[in-house]
Amino acid sequence: MKLTLGPLMFHWPAEQWQQFYADIADNAPVDRVVIGELVCSKRLPFYEALIPEMIERLQAAGKEVVLASLALPTLVRERKILAGLGEVGLPVEVNDLTMLTHLNEGQPFTLGPLVNTYNRGTLEWLAARGATSVCLPPELPLSSVTVLAETAAAWGIDCEIWGYGRLPLAMSGRCYHARLARRSKDGCLFVCEEDPDGLSVDALDGKKFMAVNGVQTLSDSWANLVGDVAALKAAGVTALRLSPHTGDMSKVAQIFRDAADGTLLPDQAISELQQINPERRFSNGFLFGEVGAGWSHSGA
Amino acid sequence: MKPLELVCPAGTPAALRSAVQAGAHTVYCGFADETNARNFPGLNFSREDMHQAVAFAHQHGSKVLVAINTFPRAGDEDIWHRAIADAESAGVDAVILADVGLLAWAAARHPGLRLHLSVQAAAANPDVINFYASEFGVRRVVLPRVLSVAEIAAINREIDVETEVFVFGGLCVMAEGRCSMSSYATGKSPNMQGVCSPASHVQYVQDGADMISKLGAFTIDKAGKDEPAPYPTLCKGCFSARGEVSRVFEEPTSLNAAQLIPQLAKVGVTALKIEGRQRSRAYVAAVVRNFRAAVEATAAGRPIPADTLTHLSEGQSSTLGAYKKTWR
Amino acid sequence: MENDTTIPRIPGLAQRLVAPLPPPLIGSLAARLMRQAGKSHPELFARLGEHAYKRYEIAPSDLPFVFLMTPDPAAPQLRVLRKGRASWDCRISGSLAALLGMIHGAYDGDALFFSRDITVEGDTAAGLALRNAIDNSEIDLFEEATALLGPLRSRAIPGLTPLVNALERRTGVALRRVEL
Repeated sequence: MKLTLGPLMFHWPAEQWQQFYADIADNAPVDRVVIGELVCSKRLPFYEALIPEMIERLQAAGKEVVLASLALPTLVRERKILAGLGEVGLPVEVNDLTMLTHLNEGQPFTLGPLVNTYNRGTLEWLAARGATSVCLPPELPLSSVTVLAETAAAWGIDCEIWGYGRLPLAMSGRCYHARLARRSKDGCLFVCEEDPDGLSVDALDGKKFMAVNGVQTLSDSWANLVGDVAALKAAGVTALRLSPHTGDMSKVAQIFRDAADGTLLPDQAISELQQINPERRFSNGFLFGEVGAGWSHSGA
Repeated sequence: MKPLELVCPAGTPAALRSAVQAGAHTVYCGFADETNARNFPGLNFSREDMHQAVAFAHQHGSKVLVAINTFPRAGDEDIWHRAIADAESAGVDAVILADVGLLAWAAARHPGLRLHLSVQAAAANPDVINFYASEFGVRRVVLPRVLSVAEIAAINREIDVETEVFVFGGLCVMAEGRCSMSSYATGKSPNMQGVCSPASHVQYVQDGADMISKLGAFTIDKAGKDEPAPYPTLCKGCFSARGEVSRVFEEPTSLNAAQLIPQLAKVGVTALKIEGRQRSRAYVAAVVRNFRAAVEATAAGRPIPADTLTHLSEGQSSTLGAYKKTWR
Repeated sequence: MENDTTIPRIPGLAQRLVAPLPPPLIGSLAARLMRQAGKSHPELFARLGEHAYKRYEIAPSDLPFVFLMTPDPAAPQLRVLRKGRASWDCRISGSLAALLGMIHGAYDGDALFFSRDITVEGDTAAGLALRNAIDNSEIDLFEEATALLGPLRSRAIPGLTPLVNALERRTGVALRRVEL
């Protein structure tokens, strides 16, 4: 089972960004790192200049590096960013099919979780076009994952699923962080920086429900499939995606590594993850439950 | 000038006849199953309904489009493939698709069938629209509800295919086809089951004079005695963030862009879409009649007549949505 | 009529017309009307699917009783009960004018819901299915009622039609299907 570190979805200060990825390079047992901006193109200038050096550092540490691309490119400036990614010469993670139109002939690419790869026809079409790996949409049930893992195997590409972190639920043209701060999107003053793991949005009955991150909506719960590795292997899943959050992410990766290798029992792995951040609520319901928010490990 | 094409919703054969009789140039509808994004109880068309509907519409000079705009379930793709084949044999004028695999299938197996790109594909820029056109022969794109008029103008300058935009009805605040909020709370989503915040998971609870809306395990709204009730849709719900209760995503309001029709015509839009396949024939008739008058007025260079549709709108209020850039 | 934003309130009239009648009599008339409507609109059952077997309480807020109905195509049932007596899967309440207007296509069900003129409790999906099935059927309760007269129908219609039309004009309540 491979481990992929997904792109950071939040707006962190450049220094925190740098420390985070340096620690990943030095300490996190992940095979692949997707780096760059997924959510909001306005954030990119804050750390863009740091990316090339960090790519080298990650590569030197033996990680495969993939460039993230924007989830909802609409502006001319955003399309130029995508065109620029096509020139770098590294594999790019596609998170909107727009990116496909900016890839050079033969350039390898991967499919991110925000591409709607729901069925065999779509996966086969994209694999034929050159996709080398697919991270499936998080809302898919295990039955779909099983079918698609088989298709991926037939095409010789990795089948990855969302293993850890708040789940991406929606993208919008509207910025909710700005709206809550009664600011316009253009005049947001980067208020999203105040919430390094997203801003909680609770139901009226007080239940923890969702979180917003600029134009993105996330689950309140942290997806956590560390206790489900055996079932995922049986379904043909070959990689797990860990999504960056505050806290000791290298330790999170180590727990997943050990659980995937069978050196850490599922219940133990869950409880160690809970100990890192006791206030976080976990879910695995999209794969194993009635609803996405569900969690089926009572013992943890 | 030719009036813009009015593309009108029909959740039932009766609504389709109402739409046609009220002046719809085109009606869109879906089969009674998970292949379309309004898979609601008691709605939609059997195969036989579809044959009759197409015959009726064609007899009256109207077109019929069939939405097959959910994302096929892995392993059950044939349900969606059959829907395309049956739509073609019913004689529909186009199918509205969102899934790449389905587009590729239709382009290869049904070369004579006209393809429209559903709003569920959220194709929001010229690069990706041109991609759908060149790869699958898509002839028209329904633009996502996140674009401003200026952006629509810019898109039309760079593409050759037709564009269709929403002018009335329920407003998705999220990029369509990219939202799993509903399945997070209920297990059922627009992409997979063709439902958002499905009725099967909605509970209205009277709490004194207040009406509380629950979706799955979560309380998402509360309306006082004389307040308008909203749809129990997640993105229109009331939530608490930073200790403050508000409508975090969107007000329970619906789009009414009638006054923008002249501008939309000017920037090269081909067709105007009315949302509401879940609505009654009374809604369809009223909205279609109003908008037919509006597109005729625009074509003749007359001002848009004032409409009388506010009571049909969710929250009984309307917005210009993303067409106005400050919405964001 | 579709652009009317206010729904006529007719508590006095509705009460005067039906309240004095004994519930079993209303029940038997209403049950016959429902079976007749089911006979002339078989497509209604197909559209209801699994929801045809649910118990619906239709509760006109301006009448002292409710209709408890199970559309079941094999054995449709309808009873009239005093308020609060029935157990149900789905309860739809609103003024008689709102309910009749919705059945006859004068009003949009969602709009009535937004304006709080009708409320739905219990099995929301069943309520939605019933509303959509009825809307598609284009039912005209006057037509169905006169159909119950059997051979007398053709002789009764010329006399009844102006009466119903006048009553509609007077009250603003949709007593027949609205031609859209």
